[in-house]
Amino acid sequence: MGEYDVRGQRLAALCLLGLLLFNYPLLAVFNVPRMLFGIPVLYVYFFLAWAALIGLMALVIERRG
Amino acid sequence: MLQGWVVGLTSFAYIGLLFAIAYYADRRADAGRSLIDSPYVYSLSLAVYATAWTFYGSVGRAAENGVGFLPIYIGPTLMIALWWIVMRKILRISKQNRITSLADFVSSRYGKSALLAGVVTVIAVIGIVPYISLQLKAISNTFAVVLQYPDIVMPAKLGTVPVLQDTALFVALFLAAFTILFGTRHLDTSEHHEGMVAAIAFESLVKLVAFLAVGAWVTWGIYDGFGDLFARAAAEPKLAAMLTPFDAVAGSYSSWVWLTILSMMAIMFLPRQFQVTVIENKDEKHLNKAIWLFPLYMLAINVFVLPIAFGGLLHFPGGGVDADTFVLTLPMVERQELLALIVFIGGLSAATGMVIVETIALSTMVCNDLVMPVLLRMRALRLNERLDLSGLLLGIRRGAIVAVLLLGYLYFRLAGEAYALVAIGLISFAAVAQFAPAALGGIFWKGGTRLGALAGLAAGFLVWFYTLLLPAFARSGWLPIGFLEEGPWGIELLRPLALFGLGGLDQITHAMIWSMAANVGAYVGVSLMRAPGAEELRQASMFVDVFTRPAPVGGAGFWRGKASAAELQNLLARFVGAVAAHDAFGEYARLRGLAGAQVRPEADADLVYFVETQLAGVIGAASAHIMVATVVKEEALTLDEVRAILDEASQVVVYSRQLEQKSRELEAATAELRTANERLQELDRMKDDFISTVTHELRTPLTSIRAFSEILRDDPKLALEQRTRFLDIIAKETERLTRLINQVLDLAKLESGTAEWHATSVDMREIVAETVTAMSEVFRERAVRLELRMADNVSPVHADPDRVKQVLLNLLSNAAKFCEAGRGRVEVTLSKEGGAVRVDVKDNGPGISAADQNIVFEKFRQVGDALTDKPQGTGLGLHICRQIIERLGGRLWVESRVGHGACFSFSLPVPGQRQAQAARAA
Repeated sequence: MGEYDVRGQRLAALCLLGLLLFNYPLLAVFNVPRMLFGIPVLYVYFFLAWAALIGLMALVIERRG
Repeated sequence: MLQGWVVGLTSFAYIGLLFAIAYYADRRADAGRSLIDSPYVYSLSLAVYATAWTFYGSVGRAAENGVGFLPIYIGPTLMIALWWIVMRKILRISKQNRITSLADFVSSRYGKSALLAGVVTVIAVIGIVPYISLQLKAISNTFAVVLQYPDIVMPAKLGTVPVLQDTALFVALFLAAFTILFGTRHLDTSEHHEGMVAAIAFESLVKLVAFLAVGAWVTWGIYDGFGDLFARAAAEPKLAAMLTPFDAVAGSYSSWVWLTILSMMAIMFLPRQFQVTVIENKDEKHLNKAIWLFPLYMLAINVFVLPIAFGGLLHFPGGGVDADTFVLTLPMVERQELLALIVFIGGLSAATGMVIVETIALSTMVCNDLVMPVLLRMRALRLNERLDLSGLLLGIRRGAIVAVLLLGYLYFRLAGEAYALVAIGLISFAAVAQFAPAALGGIFWKGGTRLGALAGLAAGFLVWFYTLLLPAFARSGWLPIGFLEEGPWGIELLRPLALFGLGGLDQITHAMIWSMAANVGAYVGVSLMRAPGAEELRQASMFVDVFTRPAPVGGAGFWRGKASAAELQNLLARFVGAVAAHDAFGEYARLRGLAGAQVRPEADADLVYFVETQLAGVIGAASAHIMVATVVKEEALTLDEVRAILDEASQVVVYSRQLEQKSRELEAATAELRTANERLQELDRMKDDFISTVTHELRTPLTSIRAFSEILRDDPKLALEQRTRFLDIIAKETERLTRLINQVLDLAKLESGTAEWHATSVDMREIVAETVTAMSEVFRERAVRLELRMADNVSPVHADPDRVKQVLLNLLSNAAKFCEAGRGRVEVTLSKEGGAVRVDVKDNGPGISAADQNIVFEKFRQVGDALTDKPQGTGLGLHICRQIIERLGGRLWVESRVGHGACFSFSLPVPGQRQAQAARAA
């Protein structure tokens, strides 16, 4: 474990990003009665942000080096 | 096709399929070709997190408040991002210490305390049994609903069925059979249940497919895609409010945040999650892929929750149908019988998967951390003398499995109707969240003590019990409801749902705030009151420093005492059987490289540690510690000794760093010595060369002198003219010999530094003029023109005038020698150059090739074809010149091109500039 653990730090940063994304006040911004592609904005936001977060986690894990 | 017998038969067939998969996976594992040794199976097995609560309950919660179900899956996603740091550490610790359960993990960390293990087990059982009953309730309810097809009737309206007709009881018994079969097949020290894990992974696939199928059907089958569905929902004023759910409820952001935190802890410390993530893990590397695959699974299973919830609300506007059953009742009301059956099977797999794993985890805890330590301490049972305890162990586990499942069933019969599905799940989450401070604190903070962990767990659990479980009892009618509204004995400050006046929060948020405050406060506070003891410190160090401390030092380094190897082997044999124990000892001896694969009769610390960890893999750390203590005369280590060992370990690190430093220095020194040695060898070789060259050079004139002398002696009749010519040659050769000897002597003096130097201030104009005059005769004889150019105002230099003249004479005679008679021309220039005086001697002879320009300054090296050219000098002149000039702090060099003559130059520093010159030379 002597090596510099850059993955752990990137993932920890993603966790912080997630805490920011799924929290007040960002949620309040999307908590509006409007539709996007026929879907409520808040729901679109939840699933897109969630998917993006998972995508970034996969990127950090799977990328070599 | 939704008749009772079809549904019943399909369910049996499905459970039969699970048995087959588990059986096949176990066979594969025995054959050494593990089915579950893959990150994908591992990720799927983690999805045991999604229970019937997810399958049915998420829709129920979504129908209530829109996105309220999401934190339960987003929280784990955020936690899993930290798994690289946290879970990898837990995995490593657990593998090193052969941890068998969450209780084992916590108690191991705090000095293998049996009391702590027991407390964790009790909390887990009390917290999780309602959760198990929730799964049984889901199966029983959905079965009841399906049976009413084509009518939609809620189970609450059907009244209570007698126990013997209750599906939940039969399901519970079936699951007990499955769990006993694949969870307690045999005892082994790694505590892997491959068949069970394979079945769970399969169940995760089934429930995902079922949920996606019903979700897609609702979205595109009943409605015309997402847009249509949400447009209709928005048209209903009651549903429109749910599209912006955060406005609807006061304090909804704070309950959102607390739900997220709660789920972050649940994903780590639910006993079933700990079981599949840590205990059943085959390879640490599987975690990597799971870090993104498992969140992806959660995302997928949640995509259609909102469409189904809105579809159900639009379909059953009266509220007569429980939202928890929408997943099932929507296909039923639309007469999609096959889909309804698939959904039922999906829900069945979600529920059974959870129950199986949770029961195995709990039964291991009950057996290893609650029952065994008590039994082992009861001397009356004389367990220490029993030869084979493995049967007893398996019996206890099987009993625990049945007991846990029956407890779950009992709770379902007695209290199951009090709450909606989701509320029960969250109460369980809050219970296991109490493990977080002690477990997470334990792997990052060495200061946490056994008493601190006990205090934290007890305080958190009591608050949980008071603010969540008692209210649940009160609502079930077991306690007067006034207890909730007015507080116990009418004390308003102690109302369980608004403790100390903290009102306006939902029940879970309220309970989490108080229980976490009490838990963390007590854990940290009590830990800080007293420093950890010897045993605690050693375990703390093994946990916290798991990545930095090598394993053997961590374990064996701490033990001291006496034991016999035979006794230890007997002890192990009593739990795992004689054959397995024998194999384990053989393996141990082989790994340690002991002669003849035999363990020495007198056990050392390493062996005792080995046996204890092997035992811990079967009965948990606390019990293993007690058992090993019975055959080992341990001399308890004092706190100071443990500290000393810890210090030693850290000193070893320091030493090894110093050692590295030393060896680097040594390497550098060796390299220096090697170069010095090479230089010496080179010098030695040069000396030999020098001697052989000098003798060779001396022999050439001597040979000719001897030859001519002998002619003169032997031939008295030789003509006078001939005689004179021979004598002339002899005289010349003698002269050359003398010159050569002088030069060798001169060189020896110069090189050894014993030459005499008479340094004075010298006017170079004078020296150059004198030398040129002295040489003019030689030049005239050879018909070579000599030109002299001297700059005015040349500063005097500090040098030995005779030596400078010697150099100049040498250069001039060389120039005269190599110029063609008649057409030769030599130019001598004296000039100022910076802080030095420079002399150039330029001829128009044949020139020197670039390759030879350095060679001419070496000893005995003469440029020219050695075969055809007769040597014209001694080969020492230029070498001596360079020695002299360098000695005087100057520089001698040559510039030449073949066919265009050569120009030998030297420069001597003017005093005052001398130091700068010396510095540059260095």
